[in-house]
Amino acid sequence: MRFGVVQFPGSNCDQDCLHAAGAVMGQDAFYLWHKETNLCGADCVIVPGGFSYGDYLRGGAIARFAPIMASVKRFAADGGLVLGICNGFQILLEAGLLPGAMLRNASLRFQCQMTRLRVERGGEGPFASTARTGEILRIPIAHGEGNYHADAATLAELDRHGQVLFRYCDERGHTTPEANPNGSIGNIAGITNRAGNVLGMMPHPERAAEAVLGSQDGRVIFDSILRWIRSRHISSAA
Amino acid sequence: MKARVTVMPKKTVLDPQGKTVAKAIRHLGMERVTEARVGKVIELEIEGGETNEARRKLEEICRDLLSNPVIEDYRLEIEK
Repeated sequence: MRFGVVQFPGSNCDQDCLHAAGAVMGQDAFYLWHKETNLCGADCVIVPGGFSYGDYLRGGAIARFAPIMASVKRFAADGGLVLGICNGFQILLEAGLLPGAMLRNASLRFQCQMTRLRVERGGEGPFASTARTGEILRIPIAHGEGNYHADAATLAELDRHGQVLFRYCDERGHTTPEANPNGSIGNIAGITNRAGNVLGMMPHPERAAEAVLGSQDGRVIFDSILRWIRSRHISSAA
Repeated sequence: MKARVTVMPKKTVLDPQGKTVAKAIRHLGMERVTEARVGKVIELEIEGGETNEARRKLEEICRDLLSNPVIEDYRLEIEK
């Protein structure tokens, strides 16, 4: 499988994502420079974390106009898998690939810590088919603006179409205010578009993909992506 | 011409920064301050005079780049 990792000036999780998809998952992983428009045959595009263009104005506000993003938008519209992590999530929001916006963390602090995520819709889809619904994943966050906001109508839409994939929870799986690290509405940590092929999440699965990092729970997302792409390759070959 | 763009968090959106600022002001003894909202001002220097075309383009830039309509409102003022 081919993973393209987008690089903007200021991306700083690009190498971690390349490592997770390449060395850890054993796939063909390569960078996609922000000024390029060719996605080089990627099966999945990762928009990594960092501070693209210094995050001036708003996180992701400038990155969304980069040439590569026009290609990512077309790729997503054609059903291609796009995974935005942290700043990558903010970029997908600014680009209109996902609904809503990010506010500063309610604490006004940069939150860098392990979090627990409850899988809201496991066993299906491109990003969580190898997880169970209700399963708790330990995946860390590191951000200052991860306070997800959407108006009531958008939230109702997200719920109706099962687009909330992850919520911050405690060790028993309860989505309490104490388990919410940034003030996100509904403890939302990750959402998909309605078609399900675009995922944005604030926690970093690439930082929880090896035992040495203290958690391997992030591998679930990569495993699910691989399973999805393989199933598509088989069905298109048949 | 010059343009000044004021970007403010929408009234319906919680502004954690503003809340903290209001709390700090009250802490300094100005207890009548019930609310503060923190936004930003962007000043633009633009060659040439005001035209409908320039104004239209500026509105577009305010909407697409300088503000995020999901969480923010903007006000565009043009000085000749």
